[in-house]
Amino acid sequence: MRFVPLAAAGLAVLTLAACTAGKEGGPALGSQSKPSGTAPTALPAASIELWHGFSADSEVKAFTDAIAGFNQKYPQIKVKLVKGVQDEQITQAVRGGRPPDVASSFTTDSVATWCKSGVFQDLNPVIKQDGVDLSGLPPVVNDYTQYEGKRCVMPLLTDAYGLYYNKALMKGKQPPKTLSELTKLAKELTVRNPDGTIKVAGFIPSGQYYENTAGHWGAMVGAKWTNPDGTSAIGSDPAWKTLLNWQKELVDWYGYANLDKFRKSLGDEFSGKHPFYQGKVAMGIDGEWRVAMIANEAPKLDYGTAPMPVDDAKPDLYGSGFTAGTVIGVPKGAKNPEAAWALVKYLTTDTDALVTLANAIRNVPTTKAALESPALKKDEHFQTFLDIFANPKTSTIPAHVNSVFNQEALQGFITSWEKGSVKDLDAGLKGVDKTIDAKFKLSGG
Amino acid sequence: MAGVPLRRREGFRALLWLSPWLVGFGVFFAYPLLATVYFSFFNYDLFSLKFNGLANYRYFMQDERAWLSIRNTAWLVVVMVPAQVLFALGVAQLVTKLKSGVGFFRTLFYLPSLVPVTAGTVAFVFLLNPATGPVNRILSLVGISGPDWFGDKDWSKPGLTLLAMWSVGNIMVIFLAALLDVPRHLYEAAAIDGAGAWRQFRSITLPTIRPVLMFSAVTGVIYTLQYFTQAMIASRVAAGVTDAPGTSFVPGYPEMSTLTLPQWLFQTGFRDYAMGYACVLALVLFAASMAFTLILLRQFRGFEEVAE
Repeated sequence: MRFVPLAAAGLAVLTLAACTAGKEGGPALGSQSKPSGTAPTALPAASIELWHGFSADSEVKAFTDAIAGFNQKYPQIKVKLVKGVQDEQITQAVRGGRPPDVASSFTTDSVATWCKSGVFQDLNPVIKQDGVDLSGLPPVVNDYTQYEGKRCVMPLLTDAYGLYYNKALMKGKQPPKTLSELTKLAKELTVRNPDGTIKVAGFIPSGQYYENTAGHWGAMVGAKWTNPDGTSAIGSDPAWKTLLNWQKELVDWYGYANLDKFRKSLGDEFSGKHPFYQGKVAMGIDGEWRVAMIANEAPKLDYGTAPMPVDDAKPDLYGSGFTAGTVIGVPKGAKNPEAAWALVKYLTTDTDALVTLANAIRNVPTTKAALESPALKKDEHFQTFLDIFANPKTSTIPAHVNSVFNQEALQGFITSWEKGSVKDLDAGLKGVDKTIDAKFKLSGG
Repeated sequence: MAGVPLRRREGFRALLWLSPWLVGFGVFFAYPLLATVYFSFFNYDLFSLKFNGLANYRYFMQDERAWLSIRNTAWLVVVMVPAQVLFALGVAQLVTKLKSGVGFFRTLFYLPSLVPVTAGTVAFVFLLNPATGPVNRILSLVGISGPDWFGDKDWSKPGLTLLAMWSVGNIMVIFLAALLDVPRHLYEAAAIDGAGAWRQFRSITLPTIRPVLMFSAVTGVIYTLQYFTQAMIASRVAAGVTDAPGTSFVPGYPEMSTLTLPQWLFQTGFRDYAMGYACVLALVLFAASMAFTLILLRQFRGFEEVAE
């Protein structure tokens, strides 16, 4: 019997380890009086800490280089960088009363929660105070950096998704523009072994394959995630049904078991053994960052990039794609919020800083000035993604308090669907709605 | 102190001696438990508290994943724990019967439990990879088409059970000590009375090692109710998802078959920031721990009476 209370106590302690409210560690952003247009040298000396998600040496170096530009402008502010940080760490640090001065996230999934619960400070007062012009940001970027009128993060860099194709395997064929063209070409380019197993896949239609997420795919059919009131639109928007029927048809053509076995034999997504490099996959959906990776890991690969193919019934979507990016802000309780804001402003609005980062990491810069900068490295592969980002029909997953939960609910459903475990697609998608809406209600929506 | 009765003085002294335990009990058990109950009535996103009555409990009743995770956890308790205990007992029994090389085999069977859980689980998933793993290749040599193990919802939990059986060294060593403690003369007397091996095991070995069996069963059940690490790692490795910034991963791959209640609790509380609801799940886990332990204790009490 003694084990039970011990186990329960341990579990309860684990669950409640963070059940005290976050402490205020520093003054709120904008609470300190600072006239508009203050010269950089007017800010007092400070040491600030910036947490970010980059971890590869080249990315960390690029970030350090961008900070060096900040230090030239603000020599009195020392910046300490902490790499490889995930969203949960930021949230817990704020809760524990020891947040960094500046924090950056690779995803936009937590933005709504952070804005709503105040994990990140509202930047609107200082944006207004400093006269920062955000009119150059595309509407889609506005969608993922604010929630219910609160702008608690700024866009740092962004990712755009499109189609990569192996020119040697394509044998002169043009990249597909519609889903039916993609299906046709995928079948033509697929090579099977004598025993029927897959040797080369034209396109892997599994939702479990690398960047084949519901979020990225949704852009191909212009699918909607939520209604204006925050409830799920997945079951009522016929675009999802179009997408999933297209996917299932191609999965069935390969044979689920066959495709699954092939998928599991493939190398890691973030290594030199990526099947696209090895000529095992002819076409695939991927982010613009793959351009830099290919240059490093498979420099001899002869490939092309194009916008994602789109729903045959919506040809006007062609040229658009999916975008979501890195965000950066000032957490609640930051010890030096003014210095932190100076850094955030510099990294997100200074054209040199954005171009330095974009060139080194090969991400898309978010401001119009940076996009048009002659210093921005452009090549035919990368230009595709700049165009996708600039396309007015390019979409994102709008900020939602249960963003991750919603995506996982749909992704889990797609896994069951492609396997053939779902008999009634309409009922299944309505079930996804029900799951998402119940959770939304629980979250106070 | 002359006016204070002796009994009361002794009472104070007893309390004084007990105070470290009382403080520990209060801080590490009573408070967390009461706080868990309290927060279960709130919408708590780790920053703001909003009373929502029984909404968390109502949501629990309709949360399919919670019930799925409970079913998976129950499966592990019902299959994995007996498999572990029986396998450990079998191995220990085998080692006691060895004429030579006891030290070698004892070490051999114990070694896997020294392997870090993460490394052991990753290695297991690679060994059982349907396309590149050696296990299925060997099976195919003898004409058996191996399953997809951690990629197939019907085989993922048996895969985890195999992993648990492989690393059963800790229990095996305890059983070994218990088996060696059984007085030899009892076996000799039983043999003279004509008792066979099975009869000797049932009437002498089992009753003698009963406390150890109970210990391993109870700790095994509690440990399995909190089963987290191996399931989380196996599903991540099998799904090919790394825990890097910018990635999100829902536990339970494939098709939620490895989703256990503690994983869902963690996901809900610390990934979805629904801490009030996570408290409901914690209470369910607590109740399940209590129920399983009481059932086991009752079973063993009955067993003791039969043995006597």
